[in-house]
Amino acid sequence: MYYLWVFLIGGFICMLGQVLIIYTNITSARILVTFVLIGVLLQAFNIFDPISEFAKAGINVPIIGFGASLAKGAMSAVAAKGLLGAFTGGLEATAGGIAAAVLFAFIFALIFKSKTKN
Amino acid sequence: MDIKKRNEAYNKYVQAKIPKTKAWPSLFYSFLVGGIICCIGQGINDLILLWFPNMAEQTAWAYTLIVLIFIASFLTGIGVYDKIGKFAGGGSIVPITGFSNSITSPAIEFKHEGIIYGICVKMFTIAGPVIVVGIVSSIVVGLIYLII
Repeated sequence: MYYLWVFLIGGFICMLGQVLIIYTNITSARILVTFVLIGVLLQAFNIFDPISEFAKAGINVPIIGFGASLAKGAMSAVAAKGLLGAFTGGLEATAGGIAAAVLFAFIFALIFKSKTKN
Repeated sequence: MDIKKRNEAYNKYVQAKIPKTKAWPSLFYSFLVGGIICCIGQGINDLILLWFPNMAEQTAWAYTLIVLIFIASFLTGIGVYDKIGKFAGGGSIVPITGFSNSITSPAIEFKHEGIIYGICVKMFTIAGPVIVVGIVSSIVVGLIYLII
């Protein structure tokens, strides 16, 4: 059952994030940046796809997948369009996620009130 | 010097006051919650491919992420995601749902400062650096790929 791989690899990647939190006290912005960079590097060296084949959501759902599709978009756009692709490819590939996150954040920010932390 | 001693004492005081997360349980919970979120993502992806068998894999993942982002944004709105985050730590930050949470959470938090200067500006306090680093590094990768 491939869900086991999804769970194990996804869980392991998230645990790495927690290890960073415990031992370096870094903020969540830095964690997200770090993992995006890891994803970009994995894709740049063509390691991401072989992992993704059996890890599936285990590596696509963590923000590493976001970094990988940024790099993948840039690389395939360069192959298709040349220099312009380097500028358009990354955002094109991830536009859906970014736009969705902004849209839903805007809507829910209008609807919901801040829960005051006790 | 006196100042040195005072600084040492102060740092000790600060260290004592910083909330300690117990290492082992938090590692376990981050693994568990992170794994579960990834499995939910896999489930959504499988359902999408079941309903639309002709869809390209890349497109199905894009829809999967949008659904996850929607769920996380909604859970942030009703205050559930922060409760999960309290014990899950990295398990709730590292998945794409954490990215969504990092945009929605400050947007709601600073709503009282207005729609433009509150919601629209503060939305990117955490996600801004992520998007900047992502764009810059993807362009660098693209340029290197172009040269090679």
